[in-house]
Amino acid sequence: MIWYIARRLLQGIPVFFGSTFIIFSMVFAMPGNPVLRMFGDRTPSPEQIAALEAKFHLDQPFLTRYFLYLGDVLQGDLGTTYAGQSVNEILARTFPTTLRLALLAVLIQLIFGIIAGLISGLRKGGVFDNATLIITLLIVSMPVFVFAFVAQWIFGLQLGWARPTVGPGAPWADLLLPAIVLAGLNLAYVVRLTRASVIETSQNDFVRMAYGKGLTRGRVIPVHILRNSMIPVTTNIAADFGILIVGATVTEGIFNVPGVGNELFKAINRHDTPEIVSIVTILVIVYVLVNIVIDLLYGVLDPRIRYVK
Amino acid sequence: MSSKNPVRKAPRFVAEVDEGGLGAVDAVRVSDRKSNLWLDAWRDLRGRWMFWVSAVVILFIVFVAVFPGVFTSAPPNDNCILTVQTQAQAEEFGVPVGTRISNHGPLPGHPLGFTKQGCDVFSRIVHGTGTSLSVGIIVTLIVAVMGIVIGAFAGYFGGWLDSFLMRIGDIFFAIPYILAAVVIMSMFLRERNIFIISLAIGFFAWPATARILRSEVLRVKQLDYVMASEAIGVSKFRTMFTHVMPNSIAPVIIISTVGLAAAITAEATLSFLGVGLPANVFMSWGNDISAAQGSLRTAPQTLIYPSIALSVTVLAFIMLGETVRDALDPKARAAR
Amino acid sequence: MTALEPLLKVEDLEVAFKTQDGFVPAVRGVNFDIYPGETVAIVGESGSGKSTTALAIINLLPGSGSITGGRVLFEGRDLTQLSRREMEAVRGREIGLVPQDPMNSLNPVHRIGFQVEETIRANGLAGSRREVRKRAIQVLQEAGLSDAHERLRQFPHEFSGGMRQRVLIGIGLSSHPKLLIADEPTSALDVTVQKKILDHLETLTNESNTAVIFITHDLGLAAERAENLVVMNRGRIVESGPALEILQDPRHPYTQRLVAAAPSLASKRIRSAAARGDSLATAEAATSERSLDLVSVAERTAETSSESAEPVIEFRDVTKVFKIRTGGPRSIPFTAVDKVSFQVPRGSTMALVGESGSGKSTAAKLLLRLEDITSGTILVEGKDVGALGKQELLQLRSKMQPVFQDPYGSLDPLHNIGNTIAEPLNVHRVGDAASRKARVREVLEQVALPESVLTRYPNELSGGQRQRVAIARALALKPEIVVLDEAVSALDVLVQAQVLNLLAELQAELGLTYLFITHDLAVVRVIADHVTVMQRGRVVEQASVSEVFDNPKTEYTRELLAAIPGADIPLAV
Repeated sequence: MIWYIARRLLQGIPVFFGSTFIIFSMVFAMPGNPVLRMFGDRTPSPEQIAALEAKFHLDQPFLTRYFLYLGDVLQGDLGTTYAGQSVNEILARTFPTTLRLALLAVLIQLIFGIIAGLISGLRKGGVFDNATLIITLLIVSMPVFVFAFVAQWIFGLQLGWARPTVGPGAPWADLLLPAIVLAGLNLAYVVRLTRASVIETSQNDFVRMAYGKGLTRGRVIPVHILRNSMIPVTTNIAADFGILIVGATVTEGIFNVPGVGNELFKAINRHDTPEIVSIVTILVIVYVLVNIVIDLLYGVLDPRIRYVK
Repeated sequence: MSSKNPVRKAPRFVAEVDEGGLGAVDAVRVSDRKSNLWLDAWRDLRGRWMFWVSAVVILFIVFVAVFPGVFTSAPPNDNCILTVQTQAQAEEFGVPVGTRISNHGPLPGHPLGFTKQGCDVFSRIVHGTGTSLSVGIIVTLIVAVMGIVIGAFAGYFGGWLDSFLMRIGDIFFAIPYILAAVVIMSMFLRERNIFIISLAIGFFAWPATARILRSEVLRVKQLDYVMASEAIGVSKFRTMFTHVMPNSIAPVIIISTVGLAAAITAEATLSFLGVGLPANVFMSWGNDISAAQGSLRTAPQTLIYPSIALSVTVLAFIMLGETVRDALDPKARAAR
Repeated sequence: MTALEPLLKVEDLEVAFKTQDGFVPAVRGVNFDIYPGETVAIVGESGSGKSTTALAIINLLPGSGSITGGRVLFEGRDLTQLSRREMEAVRGREIGLVPQDPMNSLNPVHRIGFQVEETIRANGLAGSRREVRKRAIQVLQEAGLSDAHERLRQFPHEFSGGMRQRVLIGIGLSSHPKLLIADEPTSALDVTVQKKILDHLETLTNESNTAVIFITHDLGLAAERAENLVVMNRGRIVESGPALEILQDPRHPYTQRLVAAAPSLASKRIRSAAARGDSLATAEAATSERSLDLVSVAERTAETSSESAEPVIEFRDVTKVFKIRTGGPRSIPFTAVDKVSFQVPRGSTMALVGESGSGKSTAAKLLLRLEDITSGTILVEGKDVGALGKQELLQLRSKMQPVFQDPYGSLDPLHNIGNTIAEPLNVHRVGDAASRKARVREVLEQVALPESVLTRYPNELSGGQRQRVAIARALALKPEIVVLDEAVSALDVLVQAQVLNLLAELQAELGLTYLFITHDLAVVRVIADHVTVMQRGRVVEQASVSEVFDNPKTEYTRELLAAIPGADIPLAV
């Protein structure tokens, strides 16, 4: 098991450097002057250009620039040139909110998704199965911003069941609607994955053996079928996190949740490239860490993994 | 021999030999239906209503994209006015002078009303079809080509090449492709076009496809017919193309169909965020939805109609992907 | 309840499966009885309904199956009428199950102790945690596992196949049920392990007077382990009665076929004939269908071998070491083949025999140059296989063709049969399109398949037909050597007999040299001239086939021979 953990951590290192390097290259290795590009449609003054050039150490060789940039990002030094706040401050302020939103979304996804998937899988072809399939299909075909607007309009404006935008301090109750929207993004996949997993596991020899040795259905379903079906679902959570990040950006923007996603949303709207780049870099680093954690969790769920290469 | 003392002597029973005799031990199956993976899959698809519905919708969407003129004569960008000012315009729209066209409801010749800028909603939707579809197709092609090539080489040749390519895949996979696209599009703000946006999305979306193909290749590689092929004298390269690839491609087809839907969604999301295709040059549903945000309370239809168009398109491709997956899934096939 | 009442009475049982084409009957009107303490074997090929019958007794049919008629009376109660809860109470407690595939019958994510303990608790054998734990240890000990205490904490994948089956037997017998259903309990295990486990099972069931339903496809094994036999074919019972009687005097034509085609029984008849000093021709033929009679195959094989022929294949101190990657930083070397040497005379059949892990398959791959040798030399017709250049290797390949084990994996499912057989001709650029077509037809005829098969795809054919196609493909280039890697191991016994027959005929006709790799020593008796016994990568014994069978020199070989099912059955010859 130790080796598995060590290996996983070791594998994370090239991914960490590789992905941050790629983001860095996307900005600084493109043809043309990267600083000029950062200004987008605007025409900057020579002083502004010089300031940014210094900030990004454009006088240094490429590789050195990368490590300096990495250092800056980790210390939160790259900030907006326009509002003048340090990214560090912004993130410290907004991360907890996004964390709460994300947690709520993941919880909703898992609870509803796994239960719906389990029932669909056990009663394959039944009414519940077909209905769930259709509903999840409909939800997944709406891009997140469409779903967000629809939810906002129906539940916020028309029915008045929830506040259309989130209030200050983002109380849990206000976060519920955006969390549901966020959960909807991946809910369909959790359901199908659980369902397929349950169906496949149910056909396994050890399930038949479990019944054969005298266990009741009430024991076989949770202890043998569900427990084993959790393995692929766990892997999905890791990939889901990437989708969650993007979804959060849009959802927080639409519902005005004061989180990291909203900062990114506003930065994109303003074409504030330096801030975009720093937030994206931080999010990618978080994603890498989450992936490692999920992989370790996978090792707990499936003991076979711990010993195989 | 069992060492138990026999409890009893069982009665001897011999069944009658039935008329048909025992039959040949190893007869060729009589069925006339030819059967292999693709034929069986097609037969399965043919029987599903979801397949036909999605196929028809997709064909319709393609038709709209290629021949927008059939559906609307109103040019999407040129005819936008905020208020009716001249008599000529009044006659054209059939409303009195001074009427505010911005966010107006339906008028003859303009069945879905007008956007905030006074442009024809229906016309914009029709013309936006081509954009979404083009980006979707180009992205899918990029992802398929990159994913297949990388996944196949990694899976078939193994060893250090495999480790190296998979590491690269991990690195790209660690960056959510929409975020990567956001960064790229922000850097190329002045040069945005369909090709750039497709590349931006596709260049980071290939790892999933590569992984799927690689695991399929790993599975097929173990099968006896691959070993037999090499033992016969077929070169490793040729074995990969004639035996391994065709048998590994099915999951890629599934993921590409769903991927097309995801690509369309990605383009719309980028446009919504403001880093998609520039609105003045390209019609994009994402742009329209973004522009209509502010009117959610006052004129929700300006947001809802393009949303419907987008959702229906995405839904059609996802439904197609579902049915294709069911048709190609080996476990479901075994049960047939 | 005296011994006069049957413990289980199956009356007119009918089971059907729901498929796309409607209800397909799998078991039709099956009747048999079991009395307390006795062992009844149900024998049949795949698709005969033997497993289905047994699973139907405890209502464990897969989702699409259901009992459509008849009764199953267990101690007077009709099991087909029980509610779900009642049936759950019967299972495990009164009727135990030992399943077929030990590799997949234990949940891989739970510890062994967990899975044993939940059985004990579910069947009400113990109450408190300590009692349950104690009982679990007892179960594992009775099952023959040492260090039961340690074993509880381990996971299934840490156990070998034999150990897992012991655990499953322990679980099946843990509540001392009155009836045990053993569904091909050892088919997936090595033959020496098989014998130990079945001996142990017999001891346990004798001690507790448990009746056993023993399902198997091996007639010799059935007769060895059971007093009474039930032979099934296509869902019906064709013959039943005392095991010995049926073997010595099979009356139904199907049973006669099985007796003729069973390798273990054939090898027995041959040995009896040899022991009497008679020629093979006097060994009794059990059926008039010569194509199924393995004894006649042995005759033909004996005819075509000649001791004086020069060696066409030669292994000299061949060694192959694999590097196994563990989870850690180092990789462990694993010696799959260890200084193996043997010679195969032209026109004869050399059998490489061994259990799993013996290295026999690896040796075949080394010969075919699908893997590289670590040290030693392999010579084919005097040429060093490892030293050949690309062109020479291609030439060699045209002389030496393989047939692999898995009929369901040896043909590319996306190529039709015609293309599959023609592929070697295309690769080696033999002749032109017309002559290749003709050759394909020629070879198809040699394996007795009709021409209509050319446009079909593999999944339209049966396992036996696919193996014939594989043989046809191997013959296309007119090779001199055919390497058969467990080529008949996955086939049903009757089909296996036919294919062995075919192979013997082809050898006689075409003067082929066979390297026949198998784990089944009984098949070896029938098909081989020379035998090389391998264990853990090393050659353990080497001799002519009659020598090895009549005069085994090493302990391991003796073990293998003793483990052939039916070795101890007295057949009236």
